[in-house]
Amino acid sequence: MMTCDLSRLTLMQMRELIDAGEVSREELVRAALSAVAEGDEVLGAFLEVDEEGALAAARAADNTGGQTGGVLDGIPYAAKANICSRRMTTNCASYMLADYRSPFDAKVVASTGSAGGILLGKTNMDEFAMGSSTENSAFHKTRNPWDLDRVPGGSSGGSAASVAANYVPAALGSDTGGSIRQPASFCGVVGMKPTYGSVSRYGLIAFASSLDQIGPLTRTVHDCAAVLDALVLRDKRDSTSISHPDSGRFSESVAASGEDLRGWRVGLPREYLGDGIDPRIREVVRGAADGFTGLGAEVRECSLPHTDYALPAYYIIASAEASSNLARFDGVRYGMRTEGESVLDLYLNSRGEGFGPEVKRRVMLGTFALSAGYYDAYYLKAARTRRMIVRELEQAFSDFDLLLTPTTPMPAFGIGERVEDPLAMYMADICTIPANMAGIPAISIPGGRVDGLPVGIQLMAPRFADERLLRAAAVYERVTGDRGANPLCPGDVPTEGVCDR
Amino acid sequence: MTFDDPTPLIGLEIHVALATDSKMFCPCETEFVREPNTQVCPVCLGLPGALPVLNRRAVELGVLCALALDAEVYPEMQFERKNYHYPDLPKGYQISQLAAPMAENGIMSFTDDDGGEKEARIRRVHLEEDAGKSIHLPGEGTLLDFNRCGVALAEVVTEPDLHSPADVRCFLEQLRELLRHTGASEVRMEEGELRCDVNVNLVHNGEGTPGRTEISEVKNLSSFRGVERALQYEVERHRQALRRGDPLTHETRHWDEEREVTFSARSKEESHDYRYFPDPDLHPVRIPRAMIDDLQERMGELPRARRRRLSREYDLSSYDADVLVGGGLADFFEEVVAEGSNAKAAANWVMGELSAHLNAEDIGIDELPVQPGQLAQLLDMVDSGEISGKIAKEVWGAVVQQGCDPRAIVEERGLSQISDDAQLESLAREVVEEHEDVVRDYRSGKEKALGFLVGQIMQKTQGKANPQMANEKLREIISREGCE
Repeated sequence: MMTCDLSRLTLMQMRELIDAGEVSREELVRAALSAVAEGDEVLGAFLEVDEEGALAAARAADNTGGQTGGVLDGIPYAAKANICSRRMTTNCASYMLADYRSPFDAKVVASTGSAGGILLGKTNMDEFAMGSSTENSAFHKTRNPWDLDRVPGGSSGGSAASVAANYVPAALGSDTGGSIRQPASFCGVVGMKPTYGSVSRYGLIAFASSLDQIGPLTRTVHDCAAVLDALVLRDKRDSTSISHPDSGRFSESVAASGEDLRGWRVGLPREYLGDGIDPRIREVVRGAADGFTGLGAEVRECSLPHTDYALPAYYIIASAEASSNLARFDGVRYGMRTEGESVLDLYLNSRGEGFGPEVKRRVMLGTFALSAGYYDAYYLKAARTRRMIVRELEQAFSDFDLLLTPTTPMPAFGIGERVEDPLAMYMADICTIPANMAGIPAISIPGGRVDGLPVGIQLMAPRFADERLLRAAAVYERVTGDRGANPLCPGDVPTEGVCDR
Repeated sequence: MTFDDPTPLIGLEIHVALATDSKMFCPCETEFVREPNTQVCPVCLGLPGALPVLNRRAVELGVLCALALDAEVYPEMQFERKNYHYPDLPKGYQISQLAAPMAENGIMSFTDDDGGEKEARIRRVHLEEDAGKSIHLPGEGTLLDFNRCGVALAEVVTEPDLHSPADVRCFLEQLRELLRHTGASEVRMEEGELRCDVNVNLVHNGEGTPGRTEISEVKNLSSFRGVERALQYEVERHRQALRRGDPLTHETRHWDEEREVTFSARSKEESHDYRYFPDPDLHPVRIPRAMIDDLQERMGELPRARRRRLSREYDLSSYDADVLVGGGLADFFEEVVAEGSNAKAAANWVMGELSAHLNAEDIGIDELPVQPGQLAQLLDMVDSGEISGKIAKEVWGAVVQQGCDPRAIVEERGLSQISDDAQLESLAREVVEEHEDVVRDYRSGKEKALGFLVGQIMQKTQGKANPQMANEKLREIISREGCE
């Protein structure tokens, strides 16, 4: 049981033990591997685990004393299967790329590596990150650690489940319309989408380039900040990458965040608490609002009237970009290839067999939105709508430091419950999409329970105010937040020391 | 203008490979290599997860190209994705520009075969990346080479202002000269650094009603001869169709180099909807005014302006100015003149002896071991009568071989002309005494006889006597003696 106990530690707890020489990196990796071995056959969080590579990296670091000062030194972590790594396949949970091995590491894999992080495996996801339940994976389903008959959310469902099931203290996901935050909410963990451009997209297999952003899933806000310290770097290979003013100071800032939120102005936009939201979720959010008030913050209702347009505009923009981003998967140079009589047949056969139904649906939707005669009515109009949403949020942030909303309109739903109804599935992202449209940072932290299932609350801040977001989330988490238990790995996350070793 | 004499309207879309060291969006080299797929990386191969980063040099050279065409360079441009599937297009889209191109509204003047001055308006100049190369092996399938994929191109689009295949050739030849001059492109035709799509139709006034034939587009021509021949073929095809009343369709055609005919491309290729939209991987690019001004200044004088200035400033014929500028000899010429030489003499020498030497040795002017000052010195010695034109050629031969000063050679070989009055007088006397019969002939009116006598002086001096002075001396002596 010792190994299982080790894998339940938070990243910061692991950090302390390694630094104190009380635990080796190899022990931590072994603990993670045995937790995966024990539970993942049922849970299905991972698509591939690199036992050999992870152990070798851990031993090498133990022998050399590790990465001096590396925030992630010796920390095992998981990465979503759309993040390129030289080790293991990078398959986007698609038949199209079933055996695809990238010849290069994504920038985030390289930078977590230089911070000492140890990549344990690649996690399951909705194919090409299109979906909200991880049921669109071509390979297998991932279950929610809190209730094995429910979905973990998506598209970063494998990453969320791997953290919730205490396999690893941190996982990387990608968030195009809520794909980090929504599964974080469903699985009762912390998930953050940083400001667009603050984490390099180099090596992230693109879904919708203007919306995609890599971010961490962890069990605590402090852990989230520690991972961001490794991730947030200007990268000259990504033209949309920016220099973040607080790069490298997130963890430090969270540690010094204090016990109250006096003077903070928190907005509660009423459009996020309307009819489409499960009343029990509304209760959780109102409870959280009271929590913020209790911490000394000034919480006021506000209005963001364009919120309703975010979802339709998002599906046009994201699908349009996806239709172009996925054009390279044609069977000619790599990936699935099904021969045909002509080049056109080769394309049609390879794409027809390589892509699943949701990917095809979005490629067709996006192709249509960009077509001659429809471009103005769809793509251009959606782009204009997006600018209105940006302006509206900017305006709101002149009155508020933060916005508080639900992360999802409902708690985790049952496996198979929504697969036949794409529109019902799309609604799962209704609260998270505006932050992607505006490029602002947003975090989901556990906010309470509905029927024993965890539900998240979402905090949003202006562009570059990631540090502010983390501080507020950390204070709320420390004083009020819901942490902990799920039936698969029972017991609260230990807050101090180590379990009996 | 009737059916019998319709006017061709020709517009061009020209793709020029910019002279960057690396590709447009990745660090791969652009130098032409034969081994396929050796200059590639995840970015230009369009591997999943790779992202483009714009090469600043590509923007600078593109701006140079636009400035050379007198186009308006916009302060901000946007890259867009042109979506279509083809095996040598690895991303499934080409990064190009549509709604917000780099530059628009230029003009290029050129000289036609008869020396007439003409102009074509430039609609736009935009940047885009090249695709890879498909090599079709009959019966064996198709091979793909991505070395060229991602190379920076400028696309120059003209208005349909050209009216004959020969004018198009002149326009392209002079465009090539312009691009080479500015350094925007080396325009190595054999490496496909200039490729051209041509659009052509005829306007006519048949039976009193103005009309026009449907436009045909001939794609991907990579030689000037090909462009001219394809256009000749198309103009004739349109003309005959017009005469016979055959209908023409708006279509894309290909040029068959072997058979020298164009043929219709399958209509499927024309039904493309490229679904352009702004590339979300690349923010809009600002082109600062300072960068444009700086490039304008560094670009200096353009060839056409220089030709006009040379012929005005040095009183050269436009033919001479053409040869000097077109042959890349103008810098050398102007430096020789700046050293004090007579412009006419300098031009003649540069276009004659110097140019012949470059051709014979197959070298460029940069490789010539002669400095402009050395040629100026040589011309100065001719001008002052120190050496004859004939000796000058001999000295030049030594200068280009040894690279030393002409004066040193003249002194070393004792080639200075004999211009000494007393010495020439005694030589002339000698010759007159030796050839009394010839002197008699001269006196009796045979002007030519004097030439023989001058020749005798030259023989005695191994050609060093100043011919002008020898001539005068002889006349003087003969006429003096006649009076005695």
